[in-house]
Amino acid sequence: MATVTGERVIESADDRPQATSGRTARILAPLTIGVALLLGWEWLVRANGIPPYILPAPSAVGAELVASWHTLWPSMLVTLKIAALALSAAIIGGGGLALLCSLSKWVELSLLPYAVVLQVTPVVSIAPLILIYVDNTLTAVVLCAWIVAFFPILSNTMLGLDSADHNLRNLFELYQASRWQTLRLLRMPSALPYFLGGLKIAGGLSLIGAVVAEYVAGTAGTGTGLAFRVLEAQYRLNIPRMFAGLLILALLGVAIYLTFSWLAWLLLHRWHESAVRREN
Amino acid sequence: MLDATGGMGGSTLPLVRLRGVRKAFSTGTVALEGLDLTIGAHEFVSLVGPSGCGKSTALRLIAGLGQPTQGRIEWPQGETLGDVGFVFQEPTLLPWATVFDNVWLPFRLRGQSRAQVQDEVMGALDMVGLAGFSHAYPRELSGGMKMRVSIARALVTRPKLLLMDEPFAALDEITRFKLNDDLLALWQDQRWTVVFVTHSVYESVYLSSRIVVMAARPGRVVADLAVDVPYPRDERFRTSGAYNGYCRLASDELHRAMGE
Repeated sequence: MATVTGERVIESADDRPQATSGRTARILAPLTIGVALLLGWEWLVRANGIPPYILPAPSAVGAELVASWHTLWPSMLVTLKIAALALSAAIIGGGGLALLCSLSKWVELSLLPYAVVLQVTPVVSIAPLILIYVDNTLTAVVLCAWIVAFFPILSNTMLGLDSADHNLRNLFELYQASRWQTLRLLRMPSALPYFLGGLKIAGGLSLIGAVVAEYVAGTAGTGTGLAFRVLEAQYRLNIPRMFAGLLILALLGVAIYLTFSWLAWLLLHRWHESAVRREN
Repeated sequence: MLDATGGMGGSTLPLVRLRGVRKAFSTGTVALEGLDLTIGAHEFVSLVGPSGCGKSTALRLIAGLGQPTQGRIEWPQGETLGDVGFVFQEPTLLPWATVFDNVWLPFRLRGQSRAQVQDEVMGALDMVGLAGFSHAYPRELSGGMKMRVSIARALVTRPKLLLMDEPFAALDEITRFKLNDDLLALWQDQRWTVVFVTHSVYESVYLSSRIVVMAARPGRVVADLAVDVPYPRDERFRTSGAYNGYCRLASDELHRAMGE
C-alpha cells in the first residue's frame, strides 16, 4: 500500500580512492618521523662516540634484540599471560559487579566505595603487601594487575547500563518486559560501546599493572617476565638489552590496544556512531 | 457542520475513559487537573494544545506508563493494556537490531520466536512499505523510513488502540504529508482507534474525526470538536473550504486556551 519513493536511503558504500590515500598518509607520516628519529639517534651515538652502556645506538639495540630473542620471547609470553589473566578477571569482576550494581541499588551502595578505594590507592604501594600475603608469585602479580585493570571496566559498564534511551525503556515497560529482558535486550546492548571503551583502557592498564607488580616482586620472585628481564639487564648494565625489552613491551601494549580497537569496530560498525565512518 | 460541544457524536462504543484525572509530578508541577476524556472505538482523536498542556502526559497515562495522582482510567470493554501500540516523537528503535528484529521486539518480549511470527512481522513491514528493508539497520534509513518502522512495530501486535506522541513533528513537510496519507489509509483499512498528540492544528484537522483542544497550567480539556468530513480524505481536502473552516475554528479555540 505505502511506498517509499521520494525517501532516500543513506548510502553506506565507501569512497575507495580517498580512503586509500588517507590510510597511506596515516601509516606513512609517523613512519617517516620514526625513521628520521632513528637515523638521527644513530648518527648522534656514532659521531660522539657514546658508549653503549650510556646510550646504545638503534643498530646495537636491534642486534641485541636478535641475539637475546631466545630469552626475551618466552619472557614476553609470561608477561602477556599475566596481563591476559588479569584482564579476564577484570572483565568478569568489573562487568559482573556492574551488572549486580544495576540490578540492586544496595549492592551499588555497599560495594562501590570499596571499588573506588581500591582504584585510588597506588598499586606500587599495595604490591609489596600482596607479595607478602600471597604465596604464589604469579597469583600475586596477576592480582596487582587486576586491581589496576578492573575499575575502568566497572565504571564504564555501569555508565553504559544506565544510558539506555528513556523512550526505549518506556517501550519495554509498555510491553511489560521483565527485568531480565530489559537488561539483556536493552541495557546490555546499550552498555556495549561503553564496555568496549573500558576494555581498551583496561587492556593497556593490565600490561602496566603486570610490569609494575613484576618490578616490585623483583629478583626475589621466581619471575621470568619481561619486566624481570629489563630489571636484570639494568643490574648487569646491559643497556641495549634494556632497550630491547622496553621495545617489546611497547609493541605489546600497542598490539593489545589495536586488538581491542579492532574488536570494538567489529562489534559496533553496523550501528554505533563511534565506529561508523562519517559521509559528508 | 461545526459541532463544538459533544464531539463524539455518540456513534461508537467508548474504548477508554479518563475520569477526573489529576497528575502531579514530584517536582510539584501539576500536569493534568480534572481531565475528563472519553475515546470511542474506531475514532481518530487528536489532542492539540500549547506546550505544557499535558497532552503527552495524558497519552502516557492511557498507555499505562505511570499512574494518575487522582482519578481513574477505565476500559469499559475490558482491560486492553496489552493491546496498546505506542509511537514516540523519535523513532525509538534499537540501533543494534535490524528492521526485522525491531518489529519483532513486541513478540520477542512475549517469548515468541522469530520463526513463529515471521509472517506477522513481514506483513507489518509490507504494510508500511518497507518489506525490502528487513535486513537494514536503523542508521541506514531516512527519518521517514525509521518512523515507518516505528509504526510497523506499534501495529504488528494488532492493537486496538494506537497512541502517537507527535510522531511526525521532526519530519520534513513532504514526508509528513505522505505519512499522514499512509496512516489514514491504514486506519481506514484496519479501524483501530488512534489518539494522536500534535502541536499542529492543520495536521489534526486533516487526520482526525475529532479534535480535543487542551489548555495549560493546569492541563485540561477546553474544547472538543468533531471534524465532520467523510474519509477517505486526500490532497484536495487540504485546499477545501471545509478544511479552512475547521482550521480556523480549532485555531480560535487554541488561542482562547492560550489566552486564558
